[in-house]
Amino acid sequence: MVRFSGVTKRYGDLTVLDNLDLDVAPQEKVAIIGPSGSGKTTVLRMLMTLERIDDGVIYVDGRPLTHMESNGGLVRANEKYLRSVRGDIGMVFQHFNLFPHMTVLRNCTEAPINVLGLPKAQAEERAVELLELVGLGDKLGEYPQRLSGGQKQRVAIARALAMRPKVMLFDEVTSALDPELVGEVLNAIRMLGKQFQLTMLMVTHQMGFAKEFADRVCFFYEGKIHEEGPPEQIFNAPERERTQQFLSAVLEAG
Amino acid sequence: MFWDWEYAFEVLPVLAGASIITIQATVLGFILALVLGLIFAIMRMSRNRAISGATTAVVEFIRSTPLLIQIFFIYFVLPEFGIVLDAFLAGTLALGIHYATYCSEVYRAGIEAIPRGQWEAATALNLSPTTTFRDIIIPQAIPPVVPALGNYLVALFKETPLLSAIAVLELMQTAKILGSQNFRYIEPITLVGGFFLIFSLIASAANRYAERRLSTIGKR
Ligand SMILES: Nc1ncnc2c1ncn2[C@@H]1O[C@H](COP(=O)(O)OP(=O)(O)O)[C@@H](O)[C@H]1O
Ligand SMILES: [Mg+2]
Repeated sequence: MVRFSGVTKRYGDLTVLDNLDLDVAPQEKVAIIGPSGSGKTTVLRMLMTLERIDDGVIYVDGRPLTHMESNGGLVRANEKYLRSVRGDIGMVFQHFNLFPHMTVLRNCTEAPINVLGLPKAQAEERAVELLELVGLGDKLGEYPQRLSGGQKQRVAIARALAMRPKVMLFDEVTSALDPELVGEVLNAIRMLGKQFQLTMLMVTHQMGFAKEFADRVCFFYEGKIHEEGPPEQIFNAPERERTQQFLSAVLEAG
Repeated sequence: MFWDWEYAFEVLPVLAGASIITIQATVLGFILALVLGLIFAIMRMSRNRAISGATTAVVEFIRSTPLLIQIFFIYFVLPEFGIVLDAFLAGTLALGIHYATYCSEVYRAGIEAIPRGQWEAATALNLSPTTTFRDIIIPQAIPPVVPALGNYLVALFKETPLLSAIAVLELMQTAKILGSQNFRYIEPITLVGGFFLIFSLIASAANRYAERRLSTIGKR
């Protein structure tokens, strides 16, 4: 579903991702863990086309995302092409990024109406459905400022889903939340995993959740996948020293 | 007697009539400034270097040359290129274009204050650039800068006497004519000053009110 092939990302002299290869199967749930600065966010941002890549190609559903075919070769994608391929991907951010001047409902209908061209009534029906699913059926007319962090993040999830993406990206979506609100957001994600046929990539520090929810865990270290495998293996019997160190540090803190 | 009340009351209705022209020039000029300013601001942010560079150059040029010269240019020079405008239109156009460059700076500050996350969310939802500006950026960028725009409204209003230089029959020009006809300038000129004072005070009060209202809306 998603394939990173030799992807490199640099900021000036700093190589943030170094020749990354990663294959994600349809409906696979991949948890991305690793120390701060190891490039986890960058992976998601490149997939969401928020960052340009310096080398390599990203494929989504067999189509090159970052490049387009031209005269039999691949050239860097232009804005128009990006718009045509980006629709398969949805993203939920650490800091929600809801539109503060729009109601909860409008947050979830803005893109379906303007991008997918849905009639307003149909877009609203669908948005209400999704908002009910994440337990916010009674907040349709509220503005984001009046919501708790957990509620905001659930709106953000519904907003992304309203575009019917095939791939959902979650970047530390519970990191900005008070501890007692983490559960409701994780529950919403759990429920989506069951209800929709989604491929998911999630950067998370919730090791318990990663262990139970993910099909595969990738441990990032200095811009590379240092170790990867099924959650039982990574969490119970990590092979490499960096992974062991990271996990024991996280367990200590948590 | 230093101040002639009778004469003052005689010229007052004439000046009141001329104030309509002043207000028309202010309102039309400012509407043009608001619209054109936004266009300038957006063009300056264009990813196309040629567009943003050219817009920046034009804006800087207009901002750094005197309004009076621009008024003269539009009124006296453009006809040489076959563009003939009457004095009121030429003056209002010059006011609007000149203040558009100030407004564009204000808009730009408003737009730049929008957190990056808003743009990124718009991209993640695949919104087009047009929709992003129209529905996400502009509605958030403008309310905080309304007071700054309001200040430029007052400033533009106070510069309308420059239109007397091309004989637009606004307040100042009318006062000058009255003065020269009657050989008394004190009353008409003072009344014009008083008129500007009153309207500026009203506009400033309205601006402060808008500012307060906006800050309460912002807290919803
Ligand atoms: N816009 C940027 N400009 C320069 N450096 C950046 C930028 N964004 C991220 N970085 C750097 O890239 C590295 C990886 O960042 P990130 O992907 O956010 O890491 P993580 O999410 O794993 O903490 C960090 O060292 C960070 O400082
Ligand atoms: Mg990060």
